[in-house]
This record gives sequence, C-alpha cells and structure tokens, in this order.
Amino acid sequence: MRRFSWFNATSLTLGFAFLYLPMVILIIYSFNASKLVTVWAGFSTKWYGELMQNEAFLDAAWVTIKVAVISSTIATALGTMAAIVMVRSGRFLGRTLFSGMIYAPLVMPEVITGLSLLLLFIGIGLDRGVLTIVLAHTTFSMCYVSVVVSSRLVSFDQSLEEAALDLGCSPFQAFFLVTLPIIAPAVISGWLLAFTLSLDDLVIASFTSGPSATTLPMKIWSSVRLGVSPEINALSTIMIGIVTIGVITASLVSKSTVARQQREERAAERLSAG
Amino acid sequence: MRRLILIAVPYIWLLALFLVPFIIVLKIALSDAWLAIPPYVPTLDISAGWAGFKDFLSGLDFENFIFLTEDDLYWKAYLSSLKIAAISTLFTLLVGYPIAYGMAKAPDEWRPTLLMLVILPFWTSFLIRVYSWMGILSQEGYLNQTLMSLGLISEPLIILNTNAAVYIGIVYTYLPFMILPIYSALEKLDASLIEAAEDLGCSRLSAFWLVTIPLSKQGIIAGCFLVFIPTIGEFVIPSLLGGSQTLMIGKVLWEEFFSNRDWPVASAVAVILLLILVIPIILFQRNEQKQREANE
Repeated sequence: MRRFSWFNATSLTLGFAFLYLPMVILIIYSFNASKLVTVWAGFSTKWYGELMQNEAFLDAAWVTIKVAVISSTIATALGTMAAIVMVRSGRFLGRTLFSGMIYAPLVMPEVITGLSLLLLFIGIGLDRGVLTIVLAHTTFSMCYVSVVVSSRLVSFDQSLEEAALDLGCSPFQAFFLVTLPIIAPAVISGWLLAFTLSLDDLVIASFTSGPSATTLPMKIWSSVRLGVSPEINALSTIMIGIVTIGVITASLVSKSTVARQQREERAAERLSAG
Repeated sequence: MRRLILIAVPYIWLLALFLVPFIIVLKIALSDAWLAIPPYVPTLDISAGWAGFKDFLSGLDFENFIFLTEDDLYWKAYLSSLKIAAISTLFTLLVGYPIAYGMAKAPDEWRPTLLMLVILPFWTSFLIRVYSWMGILSQEGYLNQTLMSLGLISEPLIILNTNAAVYIGIVYTYLPFMILPIYSALEKLDASLIEAAEDLGCSRLSAFWLVTIPLSKQGIIAGCFLVFIPTIGEFVIPSLLGGSQTLMIGKVLWEEFFSNRDWPVASAVAVILLLILVIPIILFQRNEQKQREANE
C-alpha cells in the first residue's frame, strides 16, 4: 500500500476544517459575554439563561418537537408501507404513477411543495396550524423513509418470511415477528431522517403554518434576518449538540447490532457444524 | 384484500397531498389575479354541475405565462439561478474531489470515522449552517478580523450580501452531496490500475488524469447533479447571504407569493421552474441507471 501522502493529508485537513470551522466558531461565540457577537468579552453562559426565559422560543421549540415526532412517526409507517409496495407488490394498476410520486418529492424544490400544499389547504378550507404542518412534513418525509427502507428490503431474504408462514404464522405475524425486526435498523434510520428533516424545515413550514403555529426554524429565520445574535448562537449550539449526540449514539447502536448479529451467525454456524 | 389496503393507504395519501396540490398550482397558474379570498378567479363551483365546469375552463388562460415572458425580471431570475447553480456546482466539485480522494486513500481504519464526519453536518440544521457564515463573512466578521490582524488587508472585504457569499454558502451546505458519490466511486477503484499506468510510464499526474478521473466519472456526474438540481430552487442561501442584486428564482417565487400576494404569477413561476428542472432530473436518472447496469 502506498504511504498516505502529504497532499491527501492536507486536503483532508483543509476540507474538514472548512466543514467544521463555521460551527466551531458559532459554538465558541455562544459562550461570549458580549452582546456584540464579533468581539470576545470573556466566557459566560448568560445567553443560554436568556434563551430559557424567552417564551416565544420555548413555544416554538415545543411546536417543532410536536410536529417532528408526529409527522416522522406517521411518515415512517406510510413510508415503510410504500417501500413494501415498491419492492414486493409486483405490477399493479398505476405503479408508474406511484413510484413517480415517491421519487418526485425528493427533487421537488421546497418552495413548490410548500406553495402547492398551501393552495390545497386553502382550497379545502383547512385552518392552517400544527395539523397542516404535520400533513406537509409527513408527505415529503415519507418519501425519504421509503427510499431508505426499500434499499434494505431489496437485500432481505424473503425465504425467512416464507418459512414463518409455512410454520403457521399469519402474514401479519410473519411481518411483525420476522420481517420488521430484520429491517428495523433501516426503519429506525428512516424515522431519524424524517425527524431531522421536519426539525430543520423552514420553507415548507412557512408556507403551511398559520398564525397559531410558529416552528423554531421560522422563529430563527425571523430573528436571523436582523443579523447575528448571541441568543441564536446559543440555540444553534443546543441543536448541534442534540444532533451530534443522536447521530453518534445511533451509529454506535447500529455498530453493536451488526456485531451481535455476526456473533449470532457464527454461533449458529458452529452449532450446525458441530 | 390486505395487499389492496397496503397499496391504497400510501397511494391515496400521495394522491391527495402531492398530486392534487400540484394540479391546483397548475390551475391557479392559468387563473387571473383578483381581489378576493382566495385571490384569484375563476374558482371551480361544483354545485353548478357541468355548466359550472365549462365556465371554469373558459376562465383559464395563459396570461400569466405571457406576463412572465414579457417582464424580463423573470427571465433574468431563471437564467441567473442556472448560472449560480452551475458555477457553485463547479466550485463544489473542485473543493469536494480532493476531500473524497483523500478519504478514499486514507488508511482503512480511518474511513468509517471520516465518512461519519462528512455525514454529520448533513444532519445538522441547514438554516444554522447557513447562518454560521453570516458571522464569518460580515464586514466586522471573523474573516475580516483575522485578515486585518494578519495585515493582509487594510480595508474590510465586503463579502456578505454579494454573490460570492452565495457561492460560499452553497459550496459549504452541499459539499457532502458531492463528496459521498465521488468517494464511493473512488473507493471501488482498483489501485493496481494506477500502478499499472505508472509502470507503463505515466507520471503520477497523468495517471490521475487518464485513469482515476475517467473511472470516477459516474461519481462526479452524480455528485454534480445532486448539487445542481436542488441549488436552482434554493431560497434560504440567497436570502440570508445574498444581496439585493442576487436574483434567484426561489426567492422571486417567495416574494411574489408573500410580498406581492400574486398567487397566479407565483404559481406560473413554480410551473416553469419545474419544467426547467425536468431535463437535469431525467439526465440524472439516466446516469444512475447506467451505474446500476454497470454494477450488475
């Protein structure tokens, strides 16, 4: 193997510095005592304190979490169903349209998705608020879930499910006892993806929400337009922290799941060999 | 029966919340602006039956589309979106390729960590990542402070609220989309091919040009599309980092809708934006198809 060259080391260092430096600066300056965001005036956590006092932000955070949990859960159920349909159902009437509708939202500009859903909600006279944001988020994130889950389903050995059916499981039981546990990592990462997409969305939420519901990104948006503020830095730091912990935990869990599965497989091989 | 329910539930959901809204956009794009709630005519009056439907159809026309061709703001916005998307895709490629290359050449035990480090920003809020650049690029921002204290410049550079800031923002936020496909192409690349080229007299640089680049072509194409397509309709980056002269169609649509409250024109802008996107999307899918066939 060739030695890891200077060129590669430099490009990796510079590349990751570019990716991470802006966020590191943001985190450092969230602990700045000064109101002036670009002048360092000593360490302080007062902006976190002020954030906790800010009713508007707390309300928006609550709305955001509510929307994200509900919409990602529905999206995971619908997306998993759609993935099973795509991978297993063979031909049926309107299949092309179905797969088109699954893939189109992935490339659709958010402004268009938002605009079209808003026009629908107004057309049918639905009051805009938490419900409409949930409907909108569910619709686009279920497509992401279905792409993630169907890539797992394709490599899934269907004979396992057939064996369960032969041994007297109902199709329903076979799905919940055999298929679901095996595709669970994909379903969980689909849920996480849907959750973060919902947490992060500004454009679609702005179109589909009414005066009664403001999400955190919308709140951040309206204050950021006025410029950089230490409070937003503090809020961003909290959000970056939550995501980082979540992603690292998820990857550790999936790593230990894979390791356990490999152990079990080896044990099974030994048993059958012995 | 069970199969029917399995198909019907997601199908009906997508029909009702994806296809129908889209048809409504198309319909409103063909309507006229009107001072009413909702602010356009004609509206479909179902109770009037067939006659109502005929009235409704005769009220539709292409006026809004003609309006878009007459006002050069829209032409310029479409063209400048394409231009900004193309330039920033090129920059993303130039920044992303060396990173992907370095990752593919890194020792095996580093790779999962490096991969995770590329994916992690993708999970962090898009809005926050764009916002983080406002503090860096502004006139009294960290970049200008650093450059001035190093004595490299005497006057602060004006970067925020220019197109340069938009390019930086796009390269930064879409970089993982470029790195990942190129990395997966480079990772599969057989190192002995490059050694063979060098044994046969290629210099390292020409081996790179003649072997590595062509063999990672699929990854490059996929990465470019993954950056180019979403950038065209981008709204957040040009609004936060761009200036008043930054013209992008996503921003125009937003303003048409929220500031001018001209729904029919906003809808027409959306329809044309989609038509523009169809070509790169089809090309992208062809490329993916080719890749799948090559792998089989």
